[in-house]
Amino acid sequence: MAQNSQEWQEETLRVDQTDLVIVKGGTGRPLLVLHDELGHAGWLKWHSALAREHTLMIPLHPGFGRTAAPEWIRTIRDMAGLYSIMLRQQKLAPIDVIGFSLGGWVAAEMAACNPDQFRRMILVAPNGIKPTQGEIRDIFQMMAPDQLRNSVLDYENTEEFASLFGGIGPEQFELWEDARAQTARLAWQPYLHNPSLPHLLEVVDTPTLLIWGKQDSFVPLNAGEIYQRCIRGSRLVVFDQCGHRPEIEKRADFLRETQSFLA
Amino acid sequence: MHISYFTERPYRYVPNDLVIQNGFFGNPNKYFDPVKGGQLLNEYLDEKLLAEELGFDGVMLNEHHDTSFCMGSVMNVEAAVLARITKKVKIALLGNPLPIVGNPLRLAEELAMIDMISGGRLVSGWVRGGGSEQFASNANPAFNREYFNEAHEVVVKAWTEPGPFRYEGKHFHYRFIDPWVLPIQKPHPPIWIPGLLSPETVEWCAEHRYPYIALATFLPPTVDLWDFYRDAAAKQGYQVGTENFGYLQKVYVAESEEKAHEIAKYDMFGGAGIGYSLFGQPQWMFPPGYNSKQATRRIARQFTAPDATQGSPWASAAAGQRSAHETRQNISAAQVEHRSGIWGQTRDSVESTRGQIFGSFPEVEKQFQIICGTPRSVLPKIRKVLECLRPGIFFFWQNDGPIKREDRISNLKLLGTEVVPAVREMAKELDLKSPFEVQPGSRPLPPSGKPESVGSLQPLAGIFN
Repeated sequence: MAQNSQEWQEETLRVDQTDLVIVKGGTGRPLLVLHDELGHAGWLKWHSALAREHTLMIPLHPGFGRTAAPEWIRTIRDMAGLYSIMLRQQKLAPIDVIGFSLGGWVAAEMAACNPDQFRRMILVAPNGIKPTQGEIRDIFQMMAPDQLRNSVLDYENTEEFASLFGGIGPEQFELWEDARAQTARLAWQPYLHNPSLPHLLEVVDTPTLLIWGKQDSFVPLNAGEIYQRCIRGSRLVVFDQCGHRPEIEKRADFLRETQSFLA
Repeated sequence: MHISYFTERPYRYVPNDLVIQNGFFGNPNKYFDPVKGGQLLNEYLDEKLLAEELGFDGVMLNEHHDTSFCMGSVMNVEAAVLARITKKVKIALLGNPLPIVGNPLRLAEELAMIDMISGGRLVSGWVRGGGSEQFASNANPAFNREYFNEAHEVVVKAWTEPGPFRYEGKHFHYRFIDPWVLPIQKPHPPIWIPGLLSPETVEWCAEHRYPYIALATFLPPTVDLWDFYRDAAAKQGYQVGTENFGYLQKVYVAESEEKAHEIAKYDMFGGAGIGYSLFGQPQWMFPPGYNSKQATRRIARQFTAPDATQGSPWASAAAGQRSAHETRQNISAAQVEHRSGIWGQTRDSVESTRGQIFGSFPEVEKQFQIICGTPRSVLPKIRKVLECLRPGIFFFWQNDGPIKREDRISNLKLLGTEVVPAVREMAKELDLKSPFEVQPGSRPLPPSGKPESVGSLQPLAGIFN
C-alpha cells in the first residue's frame, strides 16, 4: 500500500450518523468501488490503472474495521440503503459502480431498489444469489488467512497476492475478524444470499457487466449465469484459470473489459 | 458445601486415530452406532443413580453437539429422565447454551417441567456454547452474546412474571408469553454459571448474584478471577462468599497409585491438558464475532506469527498459569490459546501426536488439572484446591476418555465412599458454605466498604515454581 500512498487519500463522510471512511484517488468521472467481505485490500495495480480516468471512491464498509457499524444495519439491503443515502446526499447519482464479491451483492441490491442511481454497473463474482449448481463456499468454516488464500486459484503464483492487505500479519488478522464478524451479522442466514434478489433484479435495466473466474471456488460461475439471466441486457465475461479475484489473477483481461465498458 | 458428580458422557467407540487426526468435532457420523450410544446413555444415567446412592448432593450434566466428546446433545432429555428416577440429588444443568437454542421460551418450559417432575431439584445454568456449537445449530456467532443476554431475559421473565405478556427484543419476539408450566422453586430455580474465566461473564454473574463455576481452569488465574468477581460484587453492594464460587476438578481414584494413574491417563484423551485442544479445530472453535477482542488478539498472533507462541504445548499452559500476573483481560484468552495449542504444532503422525498428548501427563498432574491416586493420597491435593479457591460448590469430574466400565464404577464407588465424606469434613473445617446454605449476594460489605477476597494463592506457594 505504502508505495502508492501518493495516489489516494482518506476522507470521512457523515452519512446518516455514520462516519464513513472513504479511500479516494484518481481523476475523472467518479467510480464507486465496493470492496469484498475481507475488506479493502489496499491500493493495487488495478486501482492505479482505473484511477487514470476515474476518481475512485472506496467506502470502507460499516463494521469492517475502520467505519463503525450503526445498529440499524442488519442486512446487506440496509447497507445498500446507507450507500444510496450517501449518493443522494453527495449528488453523485447516477454513478458508475464496481463491486467485488459481497460488495457486488451490495451494488446489486442498490440497483434492485433504484436502478437509476447507477450509470453503469460492474459486478465481480458477487454473492447474493444462491446458485442452482454448486454452493457458495462457507467462508466461516475457515480461518481468515485460509479464506484469503482460497480466494484465488493459485496464490503462490498470483503476482500481487502477497501485496493484498499488506500481507498476513496479526494486526491485519484482527481487522479481518472484524470484517468476518460483520459479514456474519449481515449474511449468516440465509448464507451470503438474498432469496428475493433474483426477482427484484427484474427492474434493473442499468448496463451491467458481470466478471467471473471460471474456477471461482467461492461463488460458482452458475451464480453468474443466473445474474446474467436476471439483469436484462447484462453481459457475463468469464476468465479461464481464474478464481474469485479476477482483478489480480487476470489483471490485464480485467482492465481491458472494465475500461472499455466504462468508457 | 455442595458436592456433585460430572462426566462428559462420551461416545466411547469412536476410532481414536480419527480424533487425533481431526479432533472431536467434524468427524462423519457414520462412525456413530445408535445402539451402542443408547447403551452408553443408559449406563451414564445408572452412574448418576449410583452417585446419588453414594451420597453425592448433586449430579451435573452439560451439553455439546456433533461430537463423540459428549453425547448430551439435548441434556434436558437426560435431565427429564433423572428428574424422575433420582429422589434427592440436585440436577445441575451447566449449562444450557442460550445462544443456540433458538426459542428461549420453549427452553423455559422444558426447564420448568424438569423442576416440576423432580419436585424442585433443578439447578439451571447458562453457557454461550463452544465455537463448534454455533455451527452445529447454525447460530450466528457474531450475535452470541446478544442472544445470550436476551434469551436469559426471556427465560427468567417467563418463569417470574405473570402472563400473558409481550416481549419484543432485538432477536427474540413473543407477543404472548403465558406458560402453563412453571418452576416449583421460587422465584426461580437457582442459576449457576459455568465458564472458562471470561471476565465479561464473571462480571455479569456478579451483577446477577449468580455463582460462577470455573471449569477445571488453572488455579492462579482462577483466584484472580475470584477477586474480579469480588470487586464487581462490591459495586453491587455485597460481599462475596464461598457460596458465589464453584469449581470442577478432575479426580481419579483406585486402590493403588499405579492403577489410578493408568486410568487417569486415558483422560488425557478425553479432555485434560493438550488433549482438550482436540475438542475442535480452530476454524470451528473461533467462528467470526464469537470471541472478545482480547481473545482475538491472541488468536491473531497464534495464526499469523506462530513463532511468537512457538514452543511446547506446555509453554502456553504455563502462560495460563502465569497469567494471574498479566492483565485480567488476557486470562481467558490465554485459556483459549492453550486449548487450541495442538493445532499450531507440527504434527508428523498420529503416533507422535498421541505421544505428545499422553507425554504431557506429568505436567497435567503437576498443575492439578488431574488429581489421581488412592483415596488417601488424593486428599491433600484436593485440600490444596479447596484452600486456594474456597468454593462452596465442588464438582468431581471423571471417567472421560476410553476408560473401561468396571474401572469407571470402582472409581466412582471409591470416590463416593472414601473421598466425598473426607472432603465434606474438610469443607466444614474450612467453612465452605454452599448457595443452599447462604444466599449468594446476601452478605453485607465490611464496614470499611472494602471487600475481602475469598480465594488465595498462598496455599499454592512453591507448587508451580
